[in-house]
Amino acid sequence: MSEVYDIIVVGGGPAGLAAGIYGSRSRLKTVIIQKGRPGGQAATTEELENYPGFPRGTTGPGLMEAMANHAESFGTEIIKEEVVDLELDGEIKVARTKSGKEYKSKIIIFAPGAAPRTLNIKGEQELRGKGVSYCATCDADFFEELDVIVIGNGDAAVEEAMYLTKFAETVTIIVIHDEGILDCNKVSAEKAFANPKIKWVWNSVLEEIKGDGIVESVVLKNIKTGELSEMETNGVFFFVGTVPKTEMLKGKVDLNETGHIITNDRMETSIPGVYAAGDARVKYLRQVITAASDGAIAAFAAEKYLAEEGGFKEQVLNAPKPVMVAFWAPQIEASIAAVSELEKIVDQLGGSVKLVKMDTYRNEKVAKRYGVEEIPSVVFFNNGEVVAKVSGSISRDVIMNQLNSLINK
Amino acid sequence: MIEVDKKTFEDEVLKAEGLVMVDFWSPKCEPCKELMPFVAEVAEKYEGKAKFCKLDAAANKRLSISQKVMGLPTIGFYKNGEKIAELTKDISIEDVEAKLKELI
Ligand SMILES: Cc1cc2nc3c(=O)[nH]c(=O)nc-3n(C[C@H](O)[C@H](O)[C@H](O)COP(=O)(O)OP(=O)(O)OC[C@H]3O[C@@H](n4cnc5c(N)ncnc54)[C@H](O)[C@@H]3O)c2cc1C
Repeated sequence: MSEVYDIIVVGGGPAGLAAGIYGSRSRLKTVIIQKGRPGGQAATTEELENYPGFPRGTTGPGLMEAMANHAESFGTEIIKEEVVDLELDGEIKVARTKSGKEYKSKIIIFAPGAAPRTLNIKGEQELRGKGVSYCATCDADFFEELDVIVIGNGDAAVEEAMYLTKFAETVTIIVIHDEGILDCNKVSAEKAFANPKIKWVWNSVLEEIKGDGIVESVVLKNIKTGELSEMETNGVFFFVGTVPKTEMLKGKVDLNETGHIITNDRMETSIPGVYAAGDARVKYLRQVITAASDGAIAAFAAEKYLAEEGGFKEQVLNAPKPVMVAFWAPQIEASIAAVSELEKIVDQLGGSVKLVKMDTYRNEKVAKRYGVEEIPSVVFFNNGEVVAKVSGSISRDVIMNQLNSLINK
Repeated sequence: MIEVDKKTFEDEVLKAEGLVMVDFWSPKCEPCKELMPFVAEVAEKYEGKAKFCKLDAAANKRLSISQKVMGLPTIGFYKNGEKIAELTKDISIEDVEAKLKELI
């Protein structure tokens, strides 16, 4: 059988790279499968703001390269492939790549990020790469001394517009709101208002992009008056949000109506052993810092899960004799008394049964799986199967009854 | 792959015989750099069947715009001095190879 990783991370943006760092630091065999160079969306912005420790901003590619080096220095493997299919149900998960290879692991952390949203405006598709762009750092050079427009007014739109002023003669931002109202943060808004190269068109949306083989003009529509106007321009940059790259997860893990992956605060998805992190997840703030945070939490939770599962399998499911699993908790007196009673019984029986103690709150998944709702509870296993369960008041007689029927079987 | 620029483009690409593939890229374009190693592999695989060039579009802006390339990455296919096909944005290497096979 081919080698089995502990963790496969799909996607090497900030979320995936942080998961790689935490995974390999826990000495788990961790691989990031990343289509092409790592870095994600964060590597496509020259002016990376808000990441703590870099008050004057840093470059996206610079920060991402540092994260990738950090992950690799602790042993994370980075494989340049694109994952196209996943098998998530079994204990061993499989990721298939476009080149036809298969990678196997116990855990999958899904961090595929998001792609720019397109608006499907007339001319948008045909003039892609001909003046229509979704990436300022990729294409800004072409627009030196030319005029461009920016569609959108959130953080990314306004910050990228500012970057474009270093190249273009004018940058006109088309805003759907009333004059002065922007969706971006206040600091960026103030900077943009003070920038003489930035012009504004308010209450307007883009209706059409025109040009013969290359962008020549746009048609704008004033949403208050319905009036259409044509404006000459050489480039149209779209920053109107993103869509999660979760197509291949449809029908496999729970997604919300916008296609974002639903997780709890440990980054667990609807499938055990499958986690999600970063922009592709349902969350409140999509930034580099929160992506990295998600990745860290996912890898940490995965490590705990593996330890829990691995330990349980070895000690309980594969044990050669009957096992009593005692679910207790240090703060519940009755459960401590029950455990010491069980210890006495096991001693008396001289090794024909085994006792495994589980701190219920530290092993929530196992407790839940075996329907433990009360502490203390004792679950009896034989050959990896549950044969009985006792909850609440655990008396010597009840336990002995169960054990006798088990041992005499 | 042959590195071309505004001085050599005419001779290496437009006046060349047979199929020429040009990878328009720039040092600041991350998606271009994601793609480039795979393009180099394809170039090696099809060596002799076509000519493979790359052009730093940022350093050769006017030339790129004259070729109606205003966005990266773009891969252009030329024959007899004319662009006969083009791939731009969201290019996967499988698309490049498929296009190449079709044109060879
Ligand atoms: C223009 C722009 C400017 C921004 N500016 C800032 C800023 O200043 N400050 C800030 O904090 N945030 C900024 N952001 C937001 C920030 O970039 C994102 O929140 C962050 O990158 C999300 O990280 P991620 O790891 O979840 O996903 P991504 O960064 O999208 O990375 C996902 C990676 O997974 C790969 N991938 C996807 N699917 C597969 C697959 N099937 N197989 C293999 N690989 C796959 C992708 O190629 C990609 O590299 C900006 C975003 C944009 C678009």
